[in-house]
Amino acid sequence: MNGGQDLGGMQGFGPIRPDPQEPLWHDDWEPRVLALTLAMGATGAWNIDQSRHARESLPPGQYLTSTYYRIWLEGMERLLLERGLVTREELADGVVRAPALPLPRRLTAEAVPRVVAAGTPADRPEPGPARFAPGDRVRAKTMHPSGHTRLPRYVRGRFGTVVAVHGAHVYPETHATRSGDPSPRWLYTVRFEARELWGEDTTAAVVHVDAWEPYLEPVVAESGR
Amino acid sequence: MSGNHPHGSALSETDLRVRALETLLVDKGYVDPAALDALIETYEHKIGPHNGARVVARAWSDAAFRERLRTDATAAIGEFGYSGRQGEHMIALFDEPGVHHMVVCTLCSCYPWPVLGLPPSWYKSAPYRSRAVIDPKGVLADFGVTLPEGCEVRVYDSTAELRYLVVPMRPPGTEGWSEERLATLVTRDAMIGTGLALDPAAVEGAR
Repeated sequence: MNGGQDLGGMQGFGPIRPDPQEPLWHDDWEPRVLALTLAMGATGAWNIDQSRHARESLPPGQYLTSTYYRIWLEGMERLLLERGLVTREELADGVVRAPALPLPRRLTAEAVPRVVAAGTPADRPEPGPARFAPGDRVRAKTMHPSGHTRLPRYVRGRFGTVVAVHGAHVYPETHATRSGDPSPRWLYTVRFEARELWGEDTTAAVVHVDAWEPYLEPVVAESGR
Repeated sequence: MSGNHPHGSALSETDLRVRALETLLVDKGYVDPAALDALIETYEHKIGPHNGARVVARAWSDAAFRERLRTDATAAIGEFGYSGRQGEHMIALFDEPGVHHMVVCTLCSCYPWPVLGLPPSWYKSAPYRSRAVIDPKGVLADFGVTLPEGCEVRVYDSTAELRYLVVPMRPPGTEGWSEERLATLVTRDAMIGTGLALDPAAVEGAR
């Protein structure tokens, strides 16, 4: 979706202010939100793409004026409510009123090292032959889905070159829907010349984006650039 | 709790809200409070940019490892025991004369946790996410970094579950250094591409 999260190429946010002495947390609630997000993610109540979609569904004005852990908090509460795991009344004061719903798993302290070290690999058996190979010219599709997508606006409709093929990975578009269908698709790294994206107004040479096969269209040599 | 509330009452309100949420999720049995503490402990103390610095130092001093890192970064990084969440599919980008890499996630905050830990605020902020893909040299200027004349910047936007680690160039004047000593020159920012490896003269002089 064309939400507040799709920031590439936007202007006017001002300079970056790196702080070499920055603490890991800026407030006591931040590590709690991190841990709650990871622990709830480990229950299987939702997947990472559903989680990303919940965050980017915040109104752009709110998204752009919230700190990142605050966005995580908003996203988590939204997911909990959508799935009926908590009620608004419960969120307001933390008092349990409705019975808990069953979840696939519960993360225990003993399992934390193993679960963190294992992660959640996104690669899957390939659904068939790959459509593209390194060196192929492609065009990122012009598309504006209202649901979740990982194709940033700044490359849509632009010509690029496949530089790497990564096998099949879980497809965010379907994975982010309520069904959580992983529907694996071939994943590629596509290189775009920065001038193809931005004209003269860039200091980059090239920009790479990782793109699933449905994001890309072939460019035949005669009409290609 | 802490008095560190730079924005005043708005964050205190968030504090209360998060406490209510945590109480609720624990009391409902969805989360184990001990697991929450274990997760925080992991990311506070066990995982951080010192991990990535060891990987880079070895890539600088061991040609066979460098090649393994190039061909299968996930496995090569796994040799150190670094693996898992937000580093399931790693790719190493090697800076070389005339070529500088920079990594961003314009769509959220994807970051290679097993080697770099949790991202700094600026990495997740709108100024960085918006600008890295169009004006990486302007970004570098904000970090006080100027590349040599003619050096190009290749940007990687982490739009999938691939996670990128930049291997900066080994600084001159470090011949014969041990991996451990080399690792002291490898900053987090150098492994994102918003910095360079430290000048050994500066580091040694500071001792």
